[in-house]
Amino acid sequence: MKITVDMDKCIGAGLCVVAAPKVFAQNDDDGLVIVLDENPPADQHEAVREAARLCPALVIHLQDDND
Amino acid sequence: MYPSSIDTSERSVGEDGLPNFPMQRCPFAPPAEYAEIRKKPGLSKVRMPDGAWAWIVTRHDEVKQVLGDNRFSTVPSTPNYPMIAPARASLLRNEHPPTLIRMDPPEHTKHRRMFSREFMVKTIEAMKPYLNDLVDRLFDEMEAKGGSCDFAEVFALALPTTVISHMLGVPYEDQEYFHERALQKLDLKADPEVPLRAGREMREYLDGLITRKLEATEPQDDLITRMLHNYMLPGHITREEALATAELLLMGGHETTANMIALGCLSLLLHPDQKDDLVADPSLVVNAVEEMLRFHTIVHYNGPRVALEDVEVGGTLIRKGDGVLALISAANRDPGAFDDPDRFDIRRKALHHVAFSFGSHQCLGQALARAELQIVFSKLFQRFPNLKLAVPVEELEFRYDAFVYGIEKLPVTW
Repeated sequence: MKITVDMDKCIGAGLCVVAAPKVFAQNDDDGLVIVLDENPPADQHEAVREAARLCPALVIHLQDDND
Repeated sequence: MYPSSIDTSERSVGEDGLPNFPMQRCPFAPPAEYAEIRKKPGLSKVRMPDGAWAWIVTRHDEVKQVLGDNRFSTVPSTPNYPMIAPARASLLRNEHPPTLIRMDPPEHTKHRRMFSREFMVKTIEAMKPYLNDLVDRLFDEMEAKGGSCDFAEVFALALPTTVISHMLGVPYEDQEYFHERALQKLDLKADPEVPLRAGREMREYLDGLITRKLEATEPQDDLITRMLHNYMLPGHITREEALATAELLLMGGHETTANMIALGCLSLLLHPDQKDDLVADPSLVVNAVEEMLRFHTIVHYNGPRVALEDVEVGGTLIRKGDGVLALISAANRDPGAFDDPDRFDIRRKALHHVAFSFGSHQCLGQALARAELQIVFSKLFQRFPNLKLAVPVEELEFRYDAFVYGIEKLPVTW
């Protein structure tokens, strides 16, 4: 799995941090998303998919390995 | 900008037989008509109080689609913006400058990002010791009332009001002044002059507060002071914009959470088996809070929008310039997204609800609201195991005519 985020649209709602705290964080300066691990291990994939579904600004994009 | 040449005159005539909006809701459910409308293919139209029509969106995925798409404007001066009541129209059309929730990107993004940091998950995490102590202290004060009180006022309103006053640096002693005006601003049945005047008085009050903060010899450590020094004094925002944001955060930070605490408490009192489950297993509180948010969806008339381009939603072509009501209260009762949606069930997975809206305008303070609600409901029934309604549920008065739904009083005994 490969994670990309659209920083231009991020509003710092923080739901990604709630859903997948091992993979996403918020920048101290502006509250916007930081991806801690762009290629998260398999045990994080479900949480990351949840984060992408919940993101209100639709900025989290996922590419599965078999794509 | 939006073209001014769009003719709105023909939109408000003809089209006879459209259902009128708003529709009558129930204490614990949105209007029954939403379910009927949801079953029809495509989107339906409703008639607004001013005679205009608007598309009504009731399915969870389609509500998310509209709210998540910036081709739908949230600027109230856009022609055909659905106005749910004359009091609302009066307020929104005369709000200068508008608060950031009534701006579109990129202007909205600029203003919102100034405050993301203040409400990010870890900022709120760091507040939890303070919130825990405060909840305990307010429970002490409630207990000192003797054995009965109006939970809505004594606890549900006091907690978020204290928290947001603390965060913003607004004197708590002024809470009666700003709470009264918040209710006036949200009253949909009010004379259109009333919310306007209340908004003006709120901004006058905050203007005085800003002056005092600027004159303070030692800068205080609060959100409004940081906003003044980081954004207003360097010229990124005007004083009027700072006032608009301060007002928005003060309003949004207390009235919403207060109503959720009271309604959440009522829901658990009315479902004693679930209340007992929560007491036995406090880890259920995270789910329970999401379910309360979903079930009650207190900002029940959100969100009005206007299409800035032609957009297809659910097989219906929404034309540029059409008004749209993407109703979060309907989305959260969509059986396509939630099994048996009218059942209150603290064990259901409800995190995908849209009670905080969706898209770029989703609630800025949601992490704070969640923290307050989770702490309250992890402790309330431990502290007051015999908490009960002091009156029959039929006697409770609900705020049907408020933009933020809630309950007038919640008399309890323990």
